[in-house]
Amino acid sequence: MKGFLASLRGVFVGDRQADRVVPPSGFTAQLTLFAAGAMAFLAVFALALSLAAGRLADRWGEELARSATIRIVAPLDQRAAQTDAALRILETTRGVASARALSDEEQQALLAPWFGPDLALDALPVPRLIEVIETQDGLDPAGLRLRLAAEVPGAVLDDHARWRAPLVRAAARLRLLGWISIVLITAAVAAMITLAAHAALAANAQVITVLRLVGATDDYIAQAFIRRFTLRALFGAAAGMMLGVLAVVLLPDAGEAGTFLTGLGFQGWHWLVPLVVPLLSGAVAFFATGTAARRRLKELT
Amino acid sequence: MSCLHTGKVLSEGEGDKWCIESQAVLRHNRPVKKGAIVIELENVAYSYGGGELLSEVSLKLAPGSFHFLTGPSGAGKTTLMKLCYGALLPTAGYVRLFGADVRGLDRDDIAIVRRRVGVVHQDVKFLDHLAVSDNISLPLTVSGRAEDAAGGDLDELMNWVGLTNRADALPPELSGGERQRAALARAVIMSPDVVLADEPTGNVDWEMSQRLLRLLIELNKMGKTVLIATHDLGLIRATKAHVQARVLRISNRRIQLAGADL
Ligand SMILES: Nc1ncnc2c1ncn2[C@@H]1O[C@H](COP(=O)(O)OP(=O)(O)OP(=O)(O)O)[C@@H](O)[C@H]1O
Ligand SMILES: [Mg+2]
Repeated sequence: MKGFLASLRGVFVGDRQADRVVPPSGFTAQLTLFAAGAMAFLAVFALALSLAAGRLADRWGEELARSATIRIVAPLDQRAAQTDAALRILETTRGVASARALSDEEQQALLAPWFGPDLALDALPVPRLIEVIETQDGLDPAGLRLRLAAEVPGAVLDDHARWRAPLVRAAARLRLLGWISIVLITAAVAAMITLAAHAALAANAQVITVLRLVGATDDYIAQAFIRRFTLRALFGAAAGMMLGVLAVVLLPDAGEAGTFLTGLGFQGWHWLVPLVVPLLSGAVAFFATGTAARRRLKELT
Repeated sequence: MSCLHTGKVLSEGEGDKWCIESQAVLRHNRPVKKGAIVIELENVAYSYGGGELLSEVSLKLAPGSFHFLTGPSGAGKTTLMKLCYGALLPTAGYVRLFGADVRGLDRDDIAIVRRRVGVVHQDVKFLDHLAVSDNISLPLTVSGRAEDAAGGDLDELMNWVGLTNRADALPPELSGGERQRAALARAVIMSPDVVLADEPTGNVDWEMSQRLLRLLIELNKMGKTVLIATHDLGLIRATKAHVQARVLRISNRRIQLAGADL
């Protein structure tokens, strides 16, 4: 633990002398910076996708789960009576927060796009609609259907579940895929840094041998590599993250129609989440390089 | 950490004390007690996997002593030196560095041993991207004492080995003799207790070899233990005039004293 903290401190404090003992590696350094940046850019999109999909899943799930509709399909003379009967049943149904029949005006407004504003609702066998708001726990649709079937023959319960469920499932799956992408990106960064660290250690085998011979400890040698790769991964990812966030900010507005697309982005404090990306990248590099270096050094005398 | 020792029979408590003391000498860079053995080999055998290269080798290097190690090429001189600074572990017998059994030393302990044993390697290697002066002060750098090089010591040492005007050169630009002198300077910058020099005059002319020898004799007069591996008998004879040196010879896998009074 003490060694870990010293090592972490060494990454940021540094030692100009110690930095020089391992020769600089221009091209590899640039590749590492670039790869870390590219990964961070992708990670920002994966994050935006997961967070947006998560918001959609939650919102749809919640809004739709908490409302249902009952249609009373009955001859004109029975419609009012059956509506009252259904409302009475709803009053004693568990999981119903409130229920009310839509007024003529509201139904007219609903139908106006199809039939025009002058529809004579009383003369037509249009079903009467009852809006049901559920409590937090939700109602039991199967039980309610049984009771309605027994007492209100014309009632049809539409609990939105049929079309809601796949949407919510899709959004939840999208969120899961987003998180899986982030895990994969992190693993790819770890793999890439490990490869780069192994290449650097192999390229500097001679340097390491000399350092061991003049009395350098494994920690000292490892630190020289850890510091480089951690800083590269950190700064590369910071640049990639900023470009990614900028790209999200500049996403064109899809307007009212594209609810999902407009929602793709960050909201509120979620704008801070991308800051984790460079830190994660640096941490991954810190551990990957440390592991690679220590394993490699053990093989040398 | 385990601490193995043979020879003397020690009671348990005594053994622990002995073990702790020798590790304290090593880790805290305490001066070795006067008369104590800095490097000791006891019935050491070594093989690289084939037949035995060295067997039943016993050797004690007391502080301030001067030794030569000779023997035909391939006899195992370099191997013996590697045993003396923990680069190889004996296949049998015991090697004690500053009183501590090498088998009980971890990698960090070995690093510390190397700060107290200055080695001039037969195939000297430098960091080719650093200037000669940075290479010479490298042991200070890696032990966190870089600021010590800033004092006059480095300049004095560079002057001592005659490399002042080559301080900013890169190692590949040095001649053979300059490399040997740089190696010697790097070996002694930590002011080690022991200097092990493997063919230090391997590729230099007679005059330069005399100069390097004088440097080693001077170190010995400062109280350092010196062990030089060489097949240059002239070098050994030249030393005779200045210091009392013991000549050890490896032949038939054993080590023999080739003349205590040479
Ligand atoms: N790493 C190794 N693996 C296998 N065999 C080795 C290894 N190093 C040395 N040897 C062998 O061990 C023998 C002794 O080698 P060593 O370098 O100790 O000899 P030396 O006395 O220093 O020779 P020289 O005078 O030529 O420097 C040689 O036969 C060599 O081939
Ligand atoms: Mg040799």
